[in-house]
Amino acid sequence: MRSRRSGLSACQFEDVDLETYIAKVPALDAYAIRPDLAAHDCRNNRLAQLGLEQDGFAEVVAAAKRSYGAHRIGVFLGTSTSGILQTELAYRRLDPQTGQLPPDFQYAETQNSYSLAGFVARYLGLTGPSFVVSSACSSSAKVFANAARMMEAGVCDAVVVGGVDSLCLSTLYGFNSLGLVSRLPCRPYDAERDGISVGEGAGFALIERARPDARGMLLLGVGESSDAYHMSTPHPEGLGAQLAMHRALTSAGLVADDIDYINLHGTATRSNDTSEGKAIAEVFGSRVPCSSTKGWTGHLLGAAGITEAIISMLTIEHGFIPGSLNTQQLDPALAIDYRIEGSSARVERVLSNSFGFGGSNCSLVLGKTA
Amino acid sequence: MMRVFVEGIGLLGPGLENWSAGREILAGRADYLPQPTQMRVCDMLPAAERRRAGVPIKLALAVGLEALQQAGRETGTAATVFTSSGGDNDNVHAINTILATAPREVSPTRFHNSVHNAAAGYWCIAAGSREPSTSLCAHDASFAAGLLESAVQVAVDRAVVALIAYDHPYPQPLHAVRPITAAFGLALLLTPERSETSLAMLELDWQPGPVTETMMQEPALEALRLGVPVARGLPVLAALAGSAATQVDLAYLTDSHLRVRVSPC
Repeated sequence: MRSRRSGLSACQFEDVDLETYIAKVPALDAYAIRPDLAAHDCRNNRLAQLGLEQDGFAEVVAAAKRSYGAHRIGVFLGTSTSGILQTELAYRRLDPQTGQLPPDFQYAETQNSYSLAGFVARYLGLTGPSFVVSSACSSSAKVFANAARMMEAGVCDAVVVGGVDSLCLSTLYGFNSLGLVSRLPCRPYDAERDGISVGEGAGFALIERARPDARGMLLLGVGESSDAYHMSTPHPEGLGAQLAMHRALTSAGLVADDIDYINLHGTATRSNDTSEGKAIAEVFGSRVPCSSTKGWTGHLLGAAGITEAIISMLTIEHGFIPGSLNTQQLDPALAIDYRIEGSSARVERVLSNSFGFGGSNCSLVLGKTA
Repeated sequence: MMRVFVEGIGLLGPGLENWSAGREILAGRADYLPQPTQMRVCDMLPAAERRRAGVPIKLALAVGLEALQQAGRETGTAATVFTSSGGDNDNVHAINTILATAPREVSPTRFHNSVHNAAAGYWCIAAGSREPSTSLCAHDASFAAGLLESAVQVAVDRAVVALIAYDHPYPQPLHAVRPITAAFGLALLLTPERSETSLAMLELDWQPGPVTETMMQEPALEALRLGVPVARGLPVLAALAGSAATQVDLAYLTDSHLRVRVSPC
């Protein structure tokens, strides 16, 4: 982000014939799933495994497992499309006589939404409660709320949260049919913005109760709401978004001025950025630096919430507000402190927004220990 | 252990017309006569949305509305937990068929109905609810996952939560690899406090280790329980239909379970 290097490139994925930019993880094509989990082999679970292998995450979970026990650690993960690419490709290989799916097709381990949580729980050897939250693009933000509640209820001592979504034809052609895909790399909050760039990604976090002597990042608050407006268009004044942000602040015991940076949902569609920008102006005025980081990552859909929660924690750790890639001319209708250039700053508390189809909204407040 | 109160119940399935008729069958006071699920007209949705809504959305709205009406609560006042193994399975089949052949023209309605939270989205619009809503999947444990999450929300947030569980069959060829035998939905309106309208108290414990699941005594109802993922919740409804305190064990996939003590109020 400091070097303003984007993960977006011109779309080359399967035989997709759309003129657009995507964020693709090239390593997946020749990547092997762990042999004992071969039945789960699909692009989404490959991406999940690749994510689990980063940054020593699996080792940290193994240590938590030793201290709490495998059954005391929950697994709550977000995805919008799970392993649906596997089904899309299998439908091209139906038996010409019977119309049946090919014998190598594994429904439960790939297509079913739960596939992701089942795979990750097995990979990590965890036996606590597990499920997938699939509320489109808010999925992997909402799992933080599930985790906090399950620990407060005493069902879990720790939780692996996160999200994984991988490229598939359903998403690319689906967003295209709605006129929501840009032909250019997405330009969040730009006056000329014209749609998203679809991406794929995986992110995970281990959540534990904060001990008095703990050092690290804190989940300070979560706010969830529904738009009750339209299936694929956000409320024009961002009423649902405002409610989610107010609830997150209340849950954190904070007020708007306590927030040092907002990582916006900022998909770069006309309607999202207008709706969210108005909601930010209403709740925060123009006092808080904001940006969308989707110019770097594309829209990671069910993995957007966790990715941007991690980016939010990195802004705190590094004292760096990331700015916005590809944004040239800010939308003058949105009266917020939107940052195009990155800058060094003391960042203590960050709010991160994730909004999804069906009017599903979630805001997280993240901070650090004293 | 978490304690919640049931204020309303919704039911729609094969030979199970609604809760008041289904209760008699589940309590063993009326015979169970399996027949295709008779979808009931749900006037919650505006006409345009009703045309766009598939079977799972109609199922979810019908049972959700039934549970809230029974509790005498406004639809917009409850948080919601939707749970389903599959979502809109007709639509998934249609989209995969369209994508396998040129031109790949997935309609906007097909696409936005393909999200797992489509039923939740339609519900919130129809109910006028801005309360938190989540949409879960845990394959064959989807009912247990939804009940666990709902109970946790009630216990921790002191929220009034509508749990809405639904599943319906895939068309072929997916039906062959994931056979779901019927369209089935159930809803429970859960509250943190006992009220004059409380029907029962539920005490829930998530526990490690496998369990011998509570089964349905009537063979055709047991076939339904096993034939539809979220119909794994039928033993809870059977306990709610009865008049005695009952313990129900629900498998949570293979290595854990949810123990539910049902005590009629």
